Amino acid sequence: MKLRQSFVNTIVARGTSAMNNLRGVHTLWYRDILIFGRDKVHIISSITLPLLFVFVFGIGLSARMDFLAPGIDFTQFLFPGIIGMTILMSSFTAGVSVVWDREVGFLREVLVAPISRASVAMGKTLGTATIAVIQGIIILLFAPLVGISLSAWTVLALLPLMLLLAVSMSSLGILLATRIRSLEAFHGLMSLLMFPMVFLSGVFFPLQGLPAWMDVLVKLNPVTYGIAPIRQVILGASPDSLFSISLLGHTMSLWEDVAVLALFAAAMILLAMWSFGKQE
Amino acid sequence: MTDYIIKVENLVKRFGKLVAVDDISFSVAPGEIFGFLGPNGAGKTTTINILCTLSKPTSGRAIVNGFDVVRQQSQVRQSIGLVFQDPSLDVRLSGLQNLHFHASVYHMPASIRDQRIEQVLRIMELWDRRNSEVRTYSGGMKRRLELARGLLHYPKVLFLDEPTLGLDPQTRSHIWEYIHDLRQREGTTIFLTTHYMDEAENADRIAIIDYGKLIAMDTPDRLKNIVSKDIISVKTDDNDRAVEEIRLRYRIEATRDGDGLTFEVANGEEFLPTFVREFGTKILSISLHQPSLDDVFLKLTGREIRQEAAIDEIKTIVRQYDRRTRH
Repeated sequence: MKLRQSFVNTIVARGTSAMNNLRGVHTLWYRDILIFGRDKVHIISSITLPLLFVFVFGIGLSARMDFLAPGIDFTQFLFPGIIGMTILMSSFTAGVSVVWDREVGFLREVLVAPISRASVAMGKTLGTATIAVIQGIIILLFAPLVGISLSAWTVLALLPLMLLLAVSMSSLGILLATRIRSLEAFHGLMSLLMFPMVFLSGVFFPLQGLPAWMDVLVKLNPVTYGIAPIRQVILGASPDSLFSISLLGHTMSLWEDVAVLALFAAAMILLAMWSFGKQE
Repeated sequence: MTDYIIKVENLVKRFGKLVAVDDISFSVAPGEIFGFLGPNGAGKTTTINILCTLSKPTSGRAIVNGFDVVRQQSQVRQSIGLVFQDPSLDVRLSGLQNLHFHASVYHMPASIRDQRIEQVLRIMELWDRRNSEVRTYSGGMKRRLELARGLLHYPKVLFLDEPTLGLDPQTRSHIWEYIHDLRQREGTTIFLTTHYMDEAENADRIAIIDYGKLIAMDTPDRLKNIVSKDIISVKTDDNDRAVEEIRLRYRIEATRDGDGLTFEVANGEEFLPTFVREFGTKILSISLHQPSLDDVFLKLTGREIRQEAAIDEIKTIVRQYDRRTRH
């Protein structure tokens, strides 16, 4: 009895502290991980499409194609792109889970809890991003099967790149979810955005020699700046900058790509946290 | 300490032109069971949403556990527990995991968390099913889990928004046993909205709200005194003639109510046999009843709350059915 009194009084008096908000972020993150871990079907289905792309689409096309760069066939070129695509598609569903939570009512439980809305949005973003990265890593495990050898160092370098892409896409998803109320509408909007983002990002083809209209769209697409660094780390930077983005005649380095994507991610996170706080 | 735990002063909430809550003021004493009664759309849920910081008042102010609901949101949130009208559980998690989530966002230290979770699950008789996914729970179990969760973090005030809507009468009365028990055990203040009149009788005090205005506030017994007499409901083959006859013969003004009419008499049990014998208009059916809160509502508003409640209940059941079949 004494214990509980002291708990209630100290907590109430303190209000929401930074520590409490961190716990909030962690709790929301942990919930996503728990649900993902329980859902074996989801885990398997989420890697089926990417694997089909690599092993059926990729290998099928490679048979009729020359090497794209010395020692790199189409499947190998495609492989890093598909990792990026997996992460993008998976993290975008952060929005779906927010809309879902609203629809089944759980969002209210979250919104009346004594944690800040911003920490809810952050926890949600990180939870989905973590799952997306895990899925990316699962695909990465298939690298030897397409003739790509990875060092531990490469894998370590890939983790932050994957996480950055995942965070930018999941916060974009959450931002949209705060504005769109029905699951049907969200699914519609998602495929409207997701497929152009995948196709116009250099997942499937090199970014050189594209028609002008496509070139513009590709370079406006933030995902482009997430795919290129992943490809450069996995395949190594190519001498003729086949894997790089050239913007206004300048060939962008890996760090420049990362900077562009990081700016986009930061903007999305801030917007998502702000917009999440405004809902009633 | 103050003599109130909730204080509402001149609260107004407008949605565009609609005035959902129209200048209401009241206070609730610590440990009280306070019922908010009225038909749907009367402003009950809007008021609760303001009190639990989900919505901001247009004007006026509200204090919960000493904190302002607009300026001290997180302190208010920490002080209250909520059981919503619509389900708000994560059905993909187990009952235990739902409570762990709650304990964690309400900053409960691990030292008291596990013990408290076990306690509330045992009170709600869910301990044996704690590891099952919530999607396998029945409607009554889900509601009990929501109650367990609402009181997990020792809230000073527990808000129950239509806590037993759509549940069968047996589960409903069970839930009320728990609520009374909780008040006794932990001195929790209960703030309840309902449109079930029989449910409202569990409250120490009732505020009746209609079209956003408070139209009465008192104990159930004293409210019933508003309708001091017994009520006779009668259906005849010519209601207009019957009204006329009642007026002439007994000097009582009967009111039309659906396809019948009602009027009040001092001693219904003695009145009824004479009435049936003497009455000239053909009687199709007749009933006598002692005053209830339904009658208070009818008296105060000229409308019956139950018709609206029934429609509402059907809507809820349809909604729950929809939700189940969609998953």
